[in-house]
Amino acid sequence: MRTLDKRVKLSRRSVLGAGGASLMALSVLPTGMIVGPDSAWAVTAEALKPESFATLVQMSRDIYPHDRLADKFYAAAVQSFDAAAAASEDDKTLFENGVIGLDAAAMGAHGVPYAQVGWEIDRVALLRGMEKSGFFQRVRGSLVTGIYNNQEVWPLFGYEGESASKGGYIDRGFNDIDWLDQV
Amino acid sequence: MAANFDLNDDSVVVIVGSGAGGGTLGNELAQAGVKTVILEAGGRHEIEDFSNDEWGMFSQISWLDPRTTSGSWRVATDFSGLPAWIVKAVGGSTVHWAGASLRFQEHEFRVRTEYGDVPGANLLDWPITLSEMEPWYARAEDKMGVTRTNNIPGLPGCNNFLVMEAGAKALGYQECHTGRMAINSEPRDGRGACQQIGFCFQGCQSGAKWSTLYAEIPKGEETGNLEVRPNAQVLRIEHDASGKATGVVYADADGNQHMQSARVVCVAGNSIESPRLLLNSASSMFPDGLANSSGQVGRNYMRHMTGSVYGVFDRPVNMYRGTTMAGIITDESKNDPSRGFVGGYEMETLSLGLPFMAAFLDPGSWGREFASAMEMYDHMAGMWLVGEDMPQESNAITLHPSMTDQHGLPIPNVHFDDHPNDVAMRNHAFTQGSAVYDAVGATRTFPTPPYPSTHNLGTNRMSEKARDGVVNKWGQTHDVANLFVSDGSQFTTGASENPTLTIVALAVRQADHIASEMAAGNL
Repeated sequence: MRTLDKRVKLSRRSVLGAGGASLMALSVLPTGMIVGPDSAWAVTAEALKPESFATLVQMSRDIYPHDRLADKFYAAAVQSFDAAAAASEDDKTLFENGVIGLDAAAMGAHGVPYAQVGWEIDRVALLRGMEKSGFFQRVRGSLVTGIYNNQEVWPLFGYEGESASKGGYIDRGFNDIDWLDQV
Repeated sequence: MAANFDLNDDSVVVIVGSGAGGGTLGNELAQAGVKTVILEAGGRHEIEDFSNDEWGMFSQISWLDPRTTSGSWRVATDFSGLPAWIVKAVGGSTVHWAGASLRFQEHEFRVRTEYGDVPGANLLDWPITLSEMEPWYARAEDKMGVTRTNNIPGLPGCNNFLVMEAGAKALGYQECHTGRMAINSEPRDGRGACQQIGFCFQGCQSGAKWSTLYAEIPKGEETGNLEVRPNAQVLRIEHDASGKATGVVYADADGNQHMQSARVVCVAGNSIESPRLLLNSASSMFPDGLANSSGQVGRNYMRHMTGSVYGVFDRPVNMYRGTTMAGIITDESKNDPSRGFVGGYEMETLSLGLPFMAAFLDPGSWGREFASAMEMYDHMAGMWLVGEDMPQESNAITLHPSMTDQHGLPIPNVHFDDHPNDVAMRNHAFTQGSAVYDAVGATRTFPTPPYPSTHNLGTNRMSEKARDGVVNKWGQTHDVANLFVSDGSQFTTGASENPTLTIVALAVRQADHIASEMAAGNL
């Protein structure tokens, strides 16, 4: 059957450059720019504090952890929070106060801010403690589209997106499953 | 050439809504020479406006006006402001429907008799029988080009169906095929054959799927007897001192209000808006709402017992390739109370694109368990479970006591509690759906909770006696002779089948009745 090449292809229109591995290597420059590992990509927060932006990227990965998705895709989702914060003082407060609360919980439990808590299981435990909050629900709800409605990640999930312009799947594998006689 | 009727023309039939009920009724009346105006709350988006974009089309065509929810159903938690997933556009929900076109079974028209007294359920027999409906079902199937009827071949099976079929065979199910679908398997009625595009829920870009938008309404307009006014939200139905409907007041795209006179008014706004319109039309003569002497307007809201099962396999399926609803197992649709519930359910393949899968697989869920499921998206097969739910008087569309819409009218609240029979049926269906996939070697299955309601039924139900329901066997309200209900809200009970074919068959039958009553001078 026709299967997809699941490597993520880089688009020239991509806001961010090629992604790196672990966000733990994410750094915030004195200029306020958030830089990915090996300086492979960088983004400037418009309304949120750069440190808050970086924390939200880590939080986003912990909510929907896909190890084969580079940080830049989570950063792209967080950019929509930044845009919301730029447009609305209430949203800015929601995100900034949310990060403050998250860091406070992390300091209390582990003595370091959220993004520096070493194990995902420990960070997730902090998130479980606040998952009813408006902040968490806003972040999680926005990520449903922020991550999964980003066309650039679709190939990684084996999803081909629109098909009408290609004539549908009538001649492109709508019934090409080839293993059912082996089960 | 589409007609253009004057607001003061009181010889026209006014239909509120242009979906399966209203759009079909409008064309049928126009064909019979009856001057008809369809007022549609949404805009007119033609096929060229459609795109294979789940969220994009959702934003473009869904009914997103404010609504509230209450009750113990999970939708009230997961989608508190979106109880129903239906369309606000010309064509109504026939723009986004999947196409399944099944006749009700004989016993499903008389379930009070068949099931007996089910505690908590407000069961009632329909005032019509299957044999009365058969000729109208035949007319509807021919009009819609339903596969496996009228010598129309079934659609070819896509990957998602082939997985279901293999599982059905392994389990010993007898009735599994690619369905009776109002999707052309070969060119018919001026429309082409299905190209297996997928995205049936986003509007069919090939036009192979029947929709009133392009398969009914243009034909009605060609007669010169039909006018469709989009962006016309009906706010209330007016009546005279004798209690006869005289017309409707609607708001246009700019919010300006107009009164369209009418000889007959037919309400087809789906099972939330139709009762809301009757309730919002309360007057000193009808203080509890129009046609509500029974107190049943808005009550007995049904949404079908639903749920989904997605199975993950070690090898790819690519379920998104091809028609969204691509096959069916009907073995469980019988009434067999030994399973622990009355009524039955259908198992129908369903696929969602990655964006909708993220939203609907397990709403609110997050973390590595959820993410690992999403990573197997291309290895998933999926099915929807749809069965008969119990009508309950307390499941109701009511007017919100304080919240109003952009026109200042109370918004609807949708209250729903699952009946114990619904819960027992869903649990059985989850078990059987998982078994189908386990039989093909699924490594993991997901019993996925109900989506916002796509099948909204029963809130102006049909009854033999005026005290038991809102309309008679013709969809004519018991209280107001020239006021009809023409959508799924007239369903007495929901049956286990997808409702559209029955809505269309009832609309064809109602058009015949209205035209002959008008000709006889009775309307």
